[in-house]
Amino acid sequence: MSNTRRRAANIMHTKIIWPLTALAAILLFNLFFVPGFFHMEIKDGHLFGSLIDILNRAAPIMVIAIGMTLVIAKEGIDISVGSVLAIAGAVAISLIGVVPLWMAIGAALIVGALCGLWNGVLIAYLGIQPMVGTLILMTVGRGIAQLITEGKVLTTDSKSYGFIGKGFFLGLPFSIFIAAFVFLLVLYLKKRTALGLFLEATGTNKVSSEYAGVEPRKIYLFVYIVCGLCAAIAGLLVSSNISSADANNAGLWIELDAILAVVIGGTSMRGGRFFLAGTVIGALFIQSLTTTIYSMGVPPERIMVVKAIVVIIVSLMQSDRFRQMFQQKSKKAVIG
Amino acid sequence: MFKFKKSSYVMTTVLAAGLLLSACGSNNGGSGGASSSPANTGTNTESAAPASSPAADKKIVLGFSQIGAESGWRDAETQSIKDTFGNDPQFELKFSDAQQKQENQIKAIRTFISQKVDAIALAPVVESGWETVLEEAKAANIPVFLLDRTVKVSDESLYTSFIGSDFILEGQNAAKTMIDQLGADKQVNIVELQGTVGASAANDRQKGFQEIVDANPNYKIIKSQSGDFTRAKGKEVMEAFLKSDGKNIQAVYAHNDDMALGAIQAIEEYGLKPGTDIFVVSVDGIKAAFEAIRDGKLNVTVECNPLLGPQLKQAILDYQAGQTLEKWIKSDEDVYFGQKAIDALPNRLY
Repeated sequence: MSNTRRRAANIMHTKIIWPLTALAAILLFNLFFVPGFFHMEIKDGHLFGSLIDILNRAAPIMVIAIGMTLVIAKEGIDISVGSVLAIAGAVAISLIGVVPLWMAIGAALIVGALCGLWNGVLIAYLGIQPMVGTLILMTVGRGIAQLITEGKVLTTDSKSYGFIGKGFFLGLPFSIFIAAFVFLLVLYLKKRTALGLFLEATGTNKVSSEYAGVEPRKIYLFVYIVCGLCAAIAGLLVSSNISSADANNAGLWIELDAILAVVIGGTSMRGGRFFLAGTVIGALFIQSLTTTIYSMGVPPERIMVVKAIVVIIVSLMQSDRFRQMFQQKSKKAVIG
Repeated sequence: MFKFKKSSYVMTTVLAAGLLLSACGSNNGGSGGASSSPANTGTNTESAAPASSPAADKKIVLGFSQIGAESGWRDAETQSIKDTFGNDPQFELKFSDAQQKQENQIKAIRTFISQKVDAIALAPVVESGWETVLEEAKAANIPVFLLDRTVKVSDESLYTSFIGSDFILEGQNAAKTMIDQLGADKQVNIVELQGTVGASAANDRQKGFQEIVDANPNYKIIKSQSGDFTRAKGKEVMEAFLKSDGKNIQAVYAHNDDMALGAIQAIEEYGLKPGTDIFVVSVDGIKAAFEAIRDGKLNVTVECNPLLGPQLKQAILDYQAGQTLEKWIKSDEDVYFGQKAIDALPNRLY
């Protein structure tokens, strides 16, 4: 009896349970209130339905949130990802037709990594606070993207480029394979390499890890480069999905969604241990919420309120202190 | 002009400008010369007077304070003003780019006043905070014309005329053209892609459209959602609409062309033909929309005209001739569909 209870308590304390509960709750809600939400059919040789849309739409948030997880685990933050996304999309689309496709994609990724390098140098080597350091690129980034697109919305007809963001592979959106690849790669780095240990060590205690021979600066630089690269990948996904690059609006506010996904996933903003799977679930949750709101026909002026309420509930569920308060109350009620 | 939601974006741009020390204050186009200190504009007009007064006898001098260059629409507007007044020997144009800052616009207007221009044109970046500077212009007897956006002032006589679009009319025209094309007795379910919540263009385009649709019992708006005036959001929302209502949807009304172009992609990916299976109507009239009409994917675009130069010129000439002007001069706007759009395509500038 006490054993099962302890086991139950253990499950309650694993971080992943709360984002999973939230995701399950929202899907359950859809099952009852949004007819046809789980309807799935095969169309043109691929799966087709709201759930597939969610996977496809969540891919860019997922990729960015994975990069963001690493940064947040270093007690950092990168609010420039939306701008980097816009720059990468602008670079890729403006180069398509001028150079071979792989070079356009490569250039976008390199530019993303360079943006990350810039952030990393500012933060790791010049000691600028992460919020301020990445604010610089956040503000000028859209300007840079505007310069690349010359203030217009660039479009492309390239079918092969469009495949990245709206193509299907083995019946599933191709974008989700990219997100899965990024996830597995970072997970491998974390679990199977020394780098993973260094990542968590520097995030937990920078000073002692430095005494232990880890060079925190290099690790910091590394995570910002990875985050920039992730933002660039998301930029490819977003721009290829609509076959156009919109410097003003591509990825606008996506940094907030990404940070939210990381936090819902159970990674602390104070750094230290990080939970990649939690982040992925967090991103899926956010996109499910958005799609649900659209399918239900919530009036647009109320969307933000609905989202905020749901996020408050999820955050409260995650808070140990709130749960303790709640448990004490229910105990008192039983005794009384 | 459809970037109303970006007050925060504007803020970040401002920050960026500050960070880069780009000295926005000093490079106000070519108009900054005369008054270096805005505080004493009232007194240092003499210094500018000898230079400008002989010229003013011959040429009509127009000072134009533009918001910036944040969209293709606004670039087209700037170009229209420059072409209209720059190529006319009767006029002299002083152009000032405010780089999204109200304080730059106020400085520019004060400079214009001190230079004793004959007319001021202003595309205001925000609605409020103009009273003082407009009073100064009024005291100097200089007419002020507002372009494409209006201002909130307690006294309407502070500006001469507002030249701009009637968003309600645009919504009405969109609905009327749709009903004309589909037939008034056909049962039509419409989904609406709204602009940014709270933007006046979104509010009024919805209002005008709804008025006409409500008058016909066969036409119903079944879903309405904001697509933030962007292609990506327009596509995402349309995708969700198609999943929940699917073949129930006969028409899409988008508050701008970009969202319609996104919705068209969503419809294609759903396996239906936009323009044929689902009627698509939108507002703005950007070049890409005309191309979509040519390709048969978009049915109608209602123009929102940025080419205000000719109307501004006429208004200034009328004012100088002593005529009373309408308080709101509505911009010349048209509705494009079918062959008419295809014919107009080569001449679209933006």
